[in-house]
Amino acid sequence: MFEANPYPEEVNAALSDFLLRMADTSLVLGHRLSEWCGHGPILEQDIAMSNLALDLIGQARNWYQLAAVQLGQGQSEDDLAYLRDAGQYRNVLLVELPNGDFGQTVLRQFFFDAYHYHYLKALTESGDENVANIAIKSLKEATYHLKWSSEWVIRLGDGTEESHRRMENALRELWEFTGELTTPNETDQLLTIMGLTPDLNLIRPLWEQQVQVVLAEATLEIPNRAWMQKGGKNGVHTEHLGFLLAEMQFLQRAYPNCEW
Amino acid sequence: MDTQWPLWEVFIRSKQGLDHKHVGSLHAADAQMAMENARDVYTRRREGVSIWVVESKHIHASNPDEQEAFFDPADDKAYRHPTFYEVPDSLTHI
Amino acid sequence: MVAHPDLQTQFDLRVAEDQRIEPKDWMPEPYRRTLVRQISQHAHSEIVGMLPEGNWITRAPSLRRKAVLLAKVQDEAGHGLYLYSAAETLGTSREQMIDDLHSGKAKYSSIFNYPTLSWADMGVIGWLVDGAAIMNQVPLCRTSYGPYARAMVRICKEESFHQRQGYEIMMTLAKGSEAQRAMAQDALNRWWWPVLMMFGPKDDESPNTALSMQWKIKRFTNDELRQKFVDATVPQAEYLGLNIPDPDLKWNETRGHYDFGPINWDEFWEVVKGNGPCNRQRLEARRKAHEEGAWVREAAAAYANKRKAKSEK
Repeated sequence: MFEANPYPEEVNAALSDFLLRMADTSLVLGHRLSEWCGHGPILEQDIAMSNLALDLIGQARNWYQLAAVQLGQGQSEDDLAYLRDAGQYRNVLLVELPNGDFGQTVLRQFFFDAYHYHYLKALTESGDENVANIAIKSLKEATYHLKWSSEWVIRLGDGTEESHRRMENALRELWEFTGELTTPNETDQLLTIMGLTPDLNLIRPLWEQQVQVVLAEATLEIPNRAWMQKGGKNGVHTEHLGFLLAEMQFLQRAYPNCEW
Repeated sequence: MDTQWPLWEVFIRSKQGLDHKHVGSLHAADAQMAMENARDVYTRRREGVSIWVVESKHIHASNPDEQEAFFDPADDKAYRHPTFYEVPDSLTHI
Repeated sequence: MVAHPDLQTQFDLRVAEDQRIEPKDWMPEPYRRTLVRQISQHAHSEIVGMLPEGNWITRAPSLRRKAVLLAKVQDEAGHGLYLYSAAETLGTSREQMIDDLHSGKAKYSSIFNYPTLSWADMGVIGWLVDGAAIMNQVPLCRTSYGPYARAMVRICKEESFHQRQGYEIMMTLAKGSEAQRAMAQDALNRWWWPVLMMFGPKDDESPNTALSMQWKIKRFTNDELRQKFVDATVPQAEYLGLNIPDPDLKWNETRGHYDFGPINWDEFWEVVKGNGPCNRQRLEARRKAHEEGAWVREAAAAYANKRKAKSEK
């Protein structure tokens, strides 16, 4: 499907790290959303969340396939998804957090979508045409996701007293995990210099702007806590990811080297 | 409080150039949500390029009891159809 | 309904002529009741049926399988929705139908009260449970009630991939390691008899069949469909190299059909009564989802009302 683009070793290592992050992040969030299937608050939204999950799993597959090509070690998408342990996973922490109630799921989705949308939009200009192509395709999906999650944040924030209180709780739970979305690490720095990925420092104000507008309409206040958790991009996760992977990878681990 | 969301009827244009066609219904709290639910429920397989949603209570339907009075009078107006008229077989483009 | 002799005659004539009955048409009350019962039961089966397969979405062994399974279970939610919509045209609200499910008043297909214990169960469910469902559903595309028939057309179209994906899982397992083949055989052993029960009680013990046939709500009897299913499935199992767990199963030359062994109807009725291995868990899961979703539904309704009030000012 993809042909590898040749890069100096250091750049290729960073690019592969980045591709795995994109893949892992989409997969883990898609996996979390898929946990809702059959348990949603109403049939119509059960279906909507499965659509989000399917989009994200589809994106993860594209990123894994490209990562496999750039890594050049003959791995398949499934090798990358199912045979790496938590320390090798590169997803941002936000997406591995448990679903909580529907409000928490919706808010987590919104925080992610607000970043994802602006990031993918900039990523369509990547100097690597494989990356740009996946970004173009994913952007259409992320555009709809952002619309869906923004509207739900507003509805629930400005709905009933109970829903407002639940959204405030969700904000307290999630806020400290949002900083990582737009904080560059060494991989980002190198790839941005190379013109392969956008500068996250330029994405942050766009994210903040989006979040401010939506939370204001939702009558929710942005917490004034500055401390942010990070580590996912470098493989240091919350306790939650290990359990998620144990469940997700169990068949591949229990019956190694099988076709499924 | 009534928490059952109202019922909406969904109409989809399957491709440019065709009419919107009724495909079913769903529940949604407001029009915007109805539109998105219709997208998520009824176009999972790329069934459409355009969607209409109408809250079901706004649809007025003809009464089946009046079906005969409504529709049968059109039966005996064969002169509205082209086959009513005889023209020589040898003529074309008419 | 002797009160409307003309309407009754007109209705009977329409059904006899294979014309469809539409929501606002006059219909005998028992016809309406039977439809609401059957369609809502069918809808509930789709929704409860999401649970046993939903168990395995987070454990699917490859990304492709994960996406396919999720899409399939999501389709079931869609099908439940189409069917609830069809039933709502008969004047019963979805909320009412869901209450009846949760209170145990309404039934759903017993098959979903069996547990999914291994990945091979995803294969067997697609292959056999969906296979059996398709046998039931295809004739319903011509059922006499218009909205039901239209929902079924849509459902059958979408379901065509469900059985295939199940059989594909079975083929992969059958061609796989010894452990995978054993997994496949074990799943077939556990599901075979419950699947045969899916077609419902024997014709002479099925109280609703005769009327439903007369009204063309149903177009084949339970036993006819069950036989059709066995005949179609045996060669498929042979192709996989799996054994159907029935020592009495053999081709009957004179009948032109497979004979098969006796079904354990005691088990069937016990599961229908609520004593299957998972009846309680399934209903509990549905109730929980509904109850935990109440605040979401309320909030969305409240927000919509606020908006409306604002725009009317």
